[in-house]
Parts: sequence; C-alpha cells; structure tokens
Amino acid sequence: MTAVLDRARSVGPLLSRIAAAVFGGYGLAALGSVAALALPMDKTQAVITGALASFAIYAGAVVWVFAVRSARRAWAGLLIAAVPLGLAAWSVWSGGAAA
Amino acid sequence: MSIGAEPHPRGIRQTMSDLHIWAGLLTGWFLYAMFLTGTVSYFKDELSQWMRPELQHQAEVPDPAGVARRIVDELQVIAPGSTQWSVGVPDARNNVANAFWRVPGAEGRRAFQSATFDPTTGHKVSSRETAGGDFFYRFHFQFHYMPVLWGRWLAGFCAMFMLVAIVSGVITHKKIFVDFFTFRWGKGQRSWLDAHNALSVFGLPFHAMITYTGLVTLMALYMPWGSQTAFKTPAERQQLIAELSAFIQPGKPSGQKAALAPVEDMVRQAQARWGHDNINRVTITHGGDAAARVSVSRGDQGRASVSPQYMLFEGSTGQLLETKDHVGPAAETRGVMYALHLGRFGDTVTRWLYFIVSLAGTAMVGTGLVMWTVKRRQKLPNPDKPYFGFRVVERLNIAAIAGLSIAMAGMLWANRLLPTDLPDRAAWEIHTFFIVWGLMCVHAVLRPAKRAWLEQLWLATAALALLPLVNVFTTQRPLWRSLAEGDWVFAGVDGMLWALAALHAMLAIRTARHSAKVRPARRATPLRPTPSSAGERA
Repeated sequence: MTAVLDRARSVGPLLSRIAAAVFGGYGLAALGSVAALALPMDKTQAVITGALASFAIYAGAVVWVFAVRSARRAWAGLLIAAVPLGLAAWSVWSGGAAA
Repeated sequence: MSIGAEPHPRGIRQTMSDLHIWAGLLTGWFLYAMFLTGTVSYFKDELSQWMRPELQHQAEVPDPAGVARRIVDELQVIAPGSTQWSVGVPDARNNVANAFWRVPGAEGRRAFQSATFDPTTGHKVSSRETAGGDFFYRFHFQFHYMPVLWGRWLAGFCAMFMLVAIVSGVITHKKIFVDFFTFRWGKGQRSWLDAHNALSVFGLPFHAMITYTGLVTLMALYMPWGSQTAFKTPAERQQLIAELSAFIQPGKPSGQKAALAPVEDMVRQAQARWGHDNINRVTITHGGDAAARVSVSRGDQGRASVSPQYMLFEGSTGQLLETKDHVGPAAETRGVMYALHLGRFGDTVTRWLYFIVSLAGTAMVGTGLVMWTVKRRQKLPNPDKPYFGFRVVERLNIAAIAGLSIAMAGMLWANRLLPTDLPDRAAWEIHTFFIVWGLMCVHAVLRPAKRAWLEQLWLATAALALLPLVNVFTTQRPLWRSLAEGDWVFAGVDGMLWALAALHAMLAIRTARHSAKVRPARRATPLRPTPSSAGERA
C-alpha cells in the first residue's frame, strides 16, 4: 500500500506536468489566438495573427511547465499568463455579444 | 523519467535535456517518417513523372491557355452538373494536368473526385495508375489508413513535440556553436552525440522554420478559435478564406443556363499579367449556369509567398470582375511562411538545397533516436538481456529508420512490377509500401538487433540500387536513353536512387565497424558508468 502511495507521489506531479503541458499549453495558446482579436487591426488579419502566434505560445508554455521547480508552479505560471489573455479575449467576446 | 520528481530541484539544462529526450523519443518515429517522406516530396513532381514512364518527357511547357481549354472541355463531358471544377495546369516540373471536381450531392471525403489529364489531348492520361510522388507528400502530413483529419491532428501533435524538442535542445546546449566544431569520429557514443549536434546546429534555422511553418500550413485546423469567435456568418468567414486561398467557393446558381465563355481567353489575360508559364490553377464554379465564375490563379514563380493572387471572371461573358493581387500583412506573413515550407518558389538549386538540409533534418531525428539506445546500452546491467522498454525502442528504431527506406523503395518496385491492368493498382502500390514496412517490423523483432540493422541496411541498399535496372527491363526509358535525350527527370531519379543506395551502404559499413569496436570494450567493463555529463545529454 505504501509502495503504491509512494509511486503515486512520485508519478503524480509528473502526470500533472504532462497535463499542464499538453492541455494547459493548448488552452493558453487557444486563448492567445482569441486575445489577438483585441489588437487594433483589421479583424481578418487579427485572426491570422492570433493563429500564427499561437504555436509559439504553446511551445513557450510547454518549456515553462518543465523548466520550473514544481508542478504547482507550472500550473500557477500558466494561470497567471492566462489572466491578461483572458481579459483581452473576454473584451472580444463581450464586444461581440453587444454588436 | 525524473522530470516530475519534486524533492530535488535540478538545473534548467538538466530538465530541458530530459524534456528534449522524451519529447523527441515519444514522437521520434513519426517525426522521422514525416521528415523523410517530406524531404522526398521536394521532388514529388519529378518522382510522379518517373512513376508514369509511359508519358513522354516534356521538352517544352505546353501553353496553359490551350491546356485549360482542353481540360475544361473534357470536364464538361465527364463531370457535367458539378458545381466546381479546378484544373491545375502543367509547369516545367510537371508533364500532366491535374483536375478535381465536386461530386453533386456527395459529402465529406467523397465530395471530390480527381484525375490526371494529358495536356496535349485533354483526355485522362493513358499511363499506369499510380498516386506517384503525391503519396509521400500526403503521407508526410496526414499518414494513411485513417481519416484525413485524424492524420493531420496526429501530424500536428508530432510537429508540436518537434518544436518543443528544438527549443529544449537549444537550451540544453549553451555551447551550441562551439559544439558544432567538435567532431569526434569513431568514438562510439560521442560520435553519435557529435553527429546529432552537428546535424542539428547546421540546419537549426531550417529545422525550426520547417517545423513552425509546417504547423502554420494547417493552422486553420489546429487553431480555429480566433476565426470562430470573430466570424459568425458564412459570409464573414468567406472574407478570411479569401485571404488564405485562391480557391473560390461556389455561390448560388441562378438556375438559368448560359454557355461558358472561352476559358482560353481568360487565361491569356492572366498570362499577360503574370507571365506566359506563370499560371497555377483555373477554377470554375457553376459552369454552364449564368452565375458561373472563373478564377485564374498565379503560379509560384517570382514570389516567395502562396498568398492568393488571382483574376476573377464572369463565366458567361468572360468579363474581368476582380483582380486580387495582394492580401493583408498578417495573411502575407502566413503566405510567406507557407511558401517557405513548400520551397516551390525557387529554382532547381534551391530545391536541392532544401532537399539536402531536409535530409540533414531527417538524419538529426534518426541519430537522436539511435543515440537513446547507444547511451543506455552502456548502462545496461546485463547487455545480453536488456529490459523491455530498451528492446522496444531498439527494434522500433530499426524498422522506423532502415525499414522505411526499404518500404519506400518497395513502393517504387511495385510501381514497376505490378500488372498495369490490376484493379485498384494505385492503391496496391501504397499497400505494398505498408506490407513491406510491416515485414521489416517483424524482421526487426525476430533478429538480433545488430544483425537486423545490417540486414535491413543492406536490403535497402540493394532495393535502391537495383531500381534503375528494374527500370531498364520494365520500361522504354533506360538510363542511357534518358541521358542521350537529355531527360534529366528520369536520369536524375535513377542517379538519385544510386546515391541513396550508396548512402545506405555507407551506413551499413559504419554500423558493421561500430559493433566490432564497441563490443569487446563493453564486455570487459559492462558496468562502466557513462562519461556523459549533464551538459552533454542531448
């Protein structure tokens, strides 16, 4: 039983990081691609800009997740980065609903 | 596998090294196949010509306007009632015209049919049925035997891993440019490491570019969220599509019949604008209806961008409606990135450079995969009975690297040897590719690893080296005739096959020597710790 717990304790953070990298990273990139719509430029160009930049955001997020000291910090970093992107994206969403 | 271990914080280069190793290993086999088939795709048009030996060598590019007229006439016969025809005209590298059209009432994958046409007659080509070089091209981003979208998602997933492997690989190597000048030949693991480093650094800008731009080619699939948020109606979405593609969509038909004005004249206007041979496609929507539209799009010459440039005509009158010759800055950036990936803008020299650097990229992935086993073999407690994971990687490496060469050569053999009247012949060429690859997988599992490497490398050498001879006996295009007639496509492919055979022979010889040197040393000190330090864990 303790062996299983030990294993969970050592594997858990790793799985958490993998999830943060694969899904958290994608989520952040997707959020970034929507946030780009808040840029002061033509809507079509903003869509393309967001998509072009999203892969860099994704790669950066994955590197961040594995570079920091713990899985908790990894998630925390992603969430902090998501705040400004989320605000920008939210302004687009609410603006779109009003229009 | 200690990236998640919390109690021992480790240096950034160490964690990046682990990330690099695992990102590379988990998708390495797919990436190797994507890189190699993608590399070959830089010559896909030439390969397609070689795979249709019945078609004569094209000495001159036929006039695109005449070709368009002939193919459109033919499509009116074989695909009447289609809402959309699209004709790709031949160019200097392509001696056939390709066309695809929408099948009325069909959905999804069956919505389009395509065929290859003889530009001089306008009829379907009278050559053996083959997917040609297009198979390798399609395989490199969507694989096979699975829905196209799944394949593309898988390719994107692997490409993303590649991007992460590149970034983490660079962080791991702070001495990246110094390492480039350090090469320790014949030093076992060090040589593999140095080869991997040299290949990576030499092509680094290219590898990073090709990986990122590869993701960009399919970004509408991978990152649709921006466009879904911004555009609510199909009309709005159309604005975006117009920035990305010259492929006009069929609107609503008027229901009134009206004959199509001469397409030839419309192509001539486009030729006057972009140059005689600088025409890519002619797309017609609702041909025969009063609402018909014809777009003639610009070729790849003279610009390093694939952004849409086309002239749009009213189908029934032939009147020019619109000339699209530029897109917005972001769309142009994307167009340039896409073009950089395809490498179609350049001349033959550029294409060779692309091919060589891309081959270096393939070798980078391959040496990385092999290094995983080379490094770990030294640490094995009992080298004669390695643990399961080690054996899996070892065997997969053999089948994925040496086996793939044999499978690709096998497809070319099938192209020459399968009877020309075989039903579904083109599909059977592709099945042969996978059957051979599967056999190599089985072989790699059954034989001792070192023997399996050698046997497959030599088999690949033989399979490649004999192809020009098979060509002599099965076609009217032996190498001496190609050379005498100045047919550089056939002579080039035959020569390339020999060059690749020589490359495989070289690898086989090195592999044989390598085993001879390492074995006694390892037996003497089976538990010798590896000399690698953290910084050298690539």
